[in-house]
Amino acid sequence: MKRMLRNMFDNLNKKTAKGTKLHWLHSTVEAFESFTFVSKNTAASGAHLRDAIDMKRAMSLVIIALVPALLFGIFNVGYQHYLSCGETIKEVGFWAMFGYGLLKVVPMIVVSYVVGLGIEFAFAQRRGHEVNEGYLVTGMLIPLICPPDVPLWMLAIAVAFAVIIGKEIFGGTGMNFLNPALVARAFLFFSYPSQMSGDVVWIADKADAVSGATSLGEMMTGSVLPSSSLLDMFLGFTPGSVGETSAVAILLGAALLLITGIASWRVMLSVFVGGALMGITFNLFGTNAYMNLPFYYHFLMGGFLFGAVFMATDPVTSSQTNTGKYIYGLLIGMMAVLIRVVNPAYPEGMMLAILLMNVFAPLIDYFVVQANIRRRTNRWKANADNKEMK
Amino acid sequence: MLKVIKIRKGLDIALFGAAKPQITDLKADCYALKPKDYVGITPKMMVEEGDSVMIGSPVFFAKEKPEVKFVSPVAGVVKSIMRGEKRALEAIVIEAKGEDEYVDFGKADAKAASREQIVEKLLASGCWTLIRQRPYSVIPNPAASPKAIIIKGFDTAPLAADYALLMSDCGTAFQTGIDAISKLTDGKVHLNIGKTSSADCLLKAQNVQINVFEGKHPTGNISIQIEKLCPLNKDERIWYLDATDVVTIGRLFEDGVFKSDKIIALTGEQVIETGYYRIKRGSSLAQIFKDNVKSEDNRFISGNVLTGTRIAADGFLSAYDNMVSVIREGNQYEFIGWMLPGFKKFSISRTFPYGFLRFFCRKPVSIDANLHGGRRAFVFTGEFEKVLPLDIYPLELIKACITEDIDKMEQLGIYETDSEDFALCEVIDVSKTDIQQIIKQGLDLMRKELGE
Repeated sequence: MKRMLRNMFDNLNKKTAKGTKLHWLHSTVEAFESFTFVSKNTAASGAHLRDAIDMKRAMSLVIIALVPALLFGIFNVGYQHYLSCGETIKEVGFWAMFGYGLLKVVPMIVVSYVVGLGIEFAFAQRRGHEVNEGYLVTGMLIPLICPPDVPLWMLAIAVAFAVIIGKEIFGGTGMNFLNPALVARAFLFFSYPSQMSGDVVWIADKADAVSGATSLGEMMTGSVLPSSSLLDMFLGFTPGSVGETSAVAILLGAALLLITGIASWRVMLSVFVGGALMGITFNLFGTNAYMNLPFYYHFLMGGFLFGAVFMATDPVTSSQTNTGKYIYGLLIGMMAVLIRVVNPAYPEGMMLAILLMNVFAPLIDYFVVQANIRRRTNRWKANADNKEMK
Repeated sequence: MLKVIKIRKGLDIALFGAAKPQITDLKADCYALKPKDYVGITPKMMVEEGDSVMIGSPVFFAKEKPEVKFVSPVAGVVKSIMRGEKRALEAIVIEAKGEDEYVDFGKADAKAASREQIVEKLLASGCWTLIRQRPYSVIPNPAASPKAIIIKGFDTAPLAADYALLMSDCGTAFQTGIDAISKLTDGKVHLNIGKTSSADCLLKAQNVQINVFEGKHPTGNISIQIEKLCPLNKDERIWYLDATDVVTIGRLFEDGVFKSDKIIALTGEQVIETGYYRIKRGSSLAQIFKDNVKSEDNRFISGNVLTGTRIAADGFLSAYDNMVSVIREGNQYEFIGWMLPGFKKFSISRTFPYGFLRFFCRKPVSIDANLHGGRRAFVFTGEFEKVLPLDIYPLELIKACITEDIDKMEQLGIYETDSEDFALCEVIDVSKTDIQQIIKQGLDLMRKELGE
C-alpha cells in the first residue's frame, strides 16, 4: 500500500515536472503527496536537526480543536429547526436532528473547501510555492461562523473574496493582516445585510410562528435578559451561527489548543479580561438594560467565546510580540462588549472588534518594538556620553 | 564565592552519543586549511602545490588585512589547492611528511612583553586568527583595541565537549596565554565558565574576571554572555576566543612555536565508539570515522548539530571547532509522518509526546537531519523568544534581514548577535526557515556596507 502510493506519486511527479503539459497540476500533486508522505528533504544549511512539528500537524490540531464545536453545531442546527416546528428531541430523536444538521452543514463545508482550496492551489502553482495548510483551518472556520441558513452561492462568493482579497493579494498565508475567515463573514454581513441579519437566518427553515432571535438580537431590542437560560447558553441550545453556540464545545477546543501550545494563552486570557473589564464598567454605570446585563453573559452570548478561542488567537493576524498580544487581546475584549452595548446597528461586536484589532496589531507591535529600540539607543548614547566625560 | 549568572530561557537537547572521557592520540595523513571557516576573508596564497611547509609556515594571508597570516598546522607538502564555484578557494590540503618540524618564533615572557611585541608574535605565528571580534565574528584588526576580551570556557550545545578534558594537558600555558592577551585590551578580560566546570586550570586562572554561568543552551554562546557582562553598543568592539585557543597562545610564548595540537570530542548517535582525540588543527577526520560509524546514510558535522559545518566522511576539522558529530541523514519519505503520534520524535512542541516528557526526564532523543516538513511563510509567533535569552525581537530582526533593511537591523540589535544564537529558533521553527543563513546574510550585508 505504502509502496503503491509512493510509486504513484513518483509517477505523478514525473508527469507534472517542469516543462510537461501537466505542469499546472504540480502544486496540487505536491499538496496531496506531502499529506501522504513527509518529504525526504534534509536540512541544507544551518541547524542539522529540526523539530518534528510542521505546519500540517499544527494546523490539523486546530481543526481537531474545532471538531466538538462542529459536531455540536450540526446537532444544534437540527435541534433548533425541529424546535421551531414545535418538535422536541423526545419526539424526533437525536439522529434525526443530527441528520438534518448534516444536510445543512456539510454542503457549507464542501463549498468552503472546494472554492477556497481551488483558489489556494491556483495561487500556489502560480507562485511556485507549496500549498499552505492555513486554509484548512479557515475553510472550517467559515461555515462555523455563518448562520445555518446562508445560501451556498453567497458563501461561495464570500469565500472567494476572503481568500483572494483577504489573503492572496498580500502573499498568502502568513502575509495577510486580516483574519480571512472573518473577512468572509464581514463580506456576507455587509453585502447581504437583509439576508444576513434579523431573526430569520439563525434557524434553518424556521417555522414562521417562532421568533428566531438570538440572545444578542433580543438584547438589542431592549430585553432585560436574554430569553435563553444561562445553562442553555453554556451548553449551546440556542439559535446562532453553526459553531458559536456551545460554550462547552468551544472550551473543549480551547483546552486542546492551550495544552498543545498551538494557540496563544496570552491572547485568549486577555480577551476575557478585556471583555470582563468593559462589562463590569458598564454594570457600574449602567443606564439601560443592556448596560446592566451581568458581564459574564457577554462571554456566553453570540460569538465572543468562539472569537476569543479560534479567531483572535490566529498567530498571523494577531500581534506578534508577546507584550503586544496582551494589549491586542485586551482591546478585542473591550471593543467587542463596547460595540455590542453602545452601537445601535450591529448586534454582534466580536467580528468587528477582531477585524479592527487585526488592523491595529502591527501598530501595537510597532510601539512594543520601538521601546526595545529606544532602550538600545539610550544605552548606546549613555555609553558615548560616558566616554566623552572621560 | 563566585557570583553565578543565571539564564532562564533556552533549551537543552539531550542526544545519544555523548563522548566517553578517554583521550586517544591520532596522527592523520592529511590536513587542510579552509578559508571559509573565517568570516569575511579573501585568501591570497603564499604557497603553491608541491611546496614544503613546517608547522607555523604561512600558507595564505587575508587580502583585507595583509598582516593576518594563516599557517600550516603540520609539517609536510602542499598536496592540493581545492577551488569551488567561481574559483573560490575551498581548501588547501597539506600532506604530512616526516617529523614535526616547527618554525621558531622565539620564546618570550608574556608578562614583560609589550602590546606591540605580543601582537607581532601572534600575527607572525598565525595565532592571531584564533581571536575573533564581535560584531560579525571576524578576525579583528590588530590596530584596534577592544573594550573587553572574553574567553569562552564552557559549551552548552548538544553533546558539547567537556572543557575539563579539552584542557586536560594545558599545564601552565593557559595562564601564560591569559597574561599575553590581557595586554591586548585596556578593559577587562573575562573568563566564562559553566556552573559545573571542573577544569582545574580554568578555576585557578588569575588576572581575569571569572564569571560563572548557569542555564540551558545557548548560555554557552558568546552573545548571551556579552549581554550579561558588558552589553555591546554600536561602534564598540569585543574580542573573544576559546579557552583551548588561549592554551595555544600560551604555548607560543612558553615554547616559541605554534603548537597546533588540540583535543576534540567525537560524538553522535551514529558513532560506535565515542571519545576524545588529540589531533592537530585542520586534521582529516577520515581515520576517526573509519569503521567507527554505523553503516547508514550519515551526516558528518564538524562542530555541534546546531551550528556545525557539514563535511564529507573524509572531511577536515574546521578552524574553531572542538567537536565533531555524526547523525543520521534521514533522507527518507515518512508515510503520514505528520499525523502519527511520534513517540520517539524530537519536538519541543506539545503536539508530540516528547514535548511533555522533556519537562520530566532528560532522556536522550534520537534525531536525524530531516526537515520534517515543507517550507512555509512565518505563521506562528512568540515561539522564538522562548529559546533566545537576548533582549532582541527575533522575528522582527529576521524580517529586517530578509528585507535587507540595514537601519532596522542595526536598531534591532544585530550587532549583539551572531547566527549561532538563532540556531535554536531555526530548530523549533514550524515554517522550516533557514534562519541562521538569513542572519548570516544580514551580518554580511552590514559588514560590507558599514565596515568591520
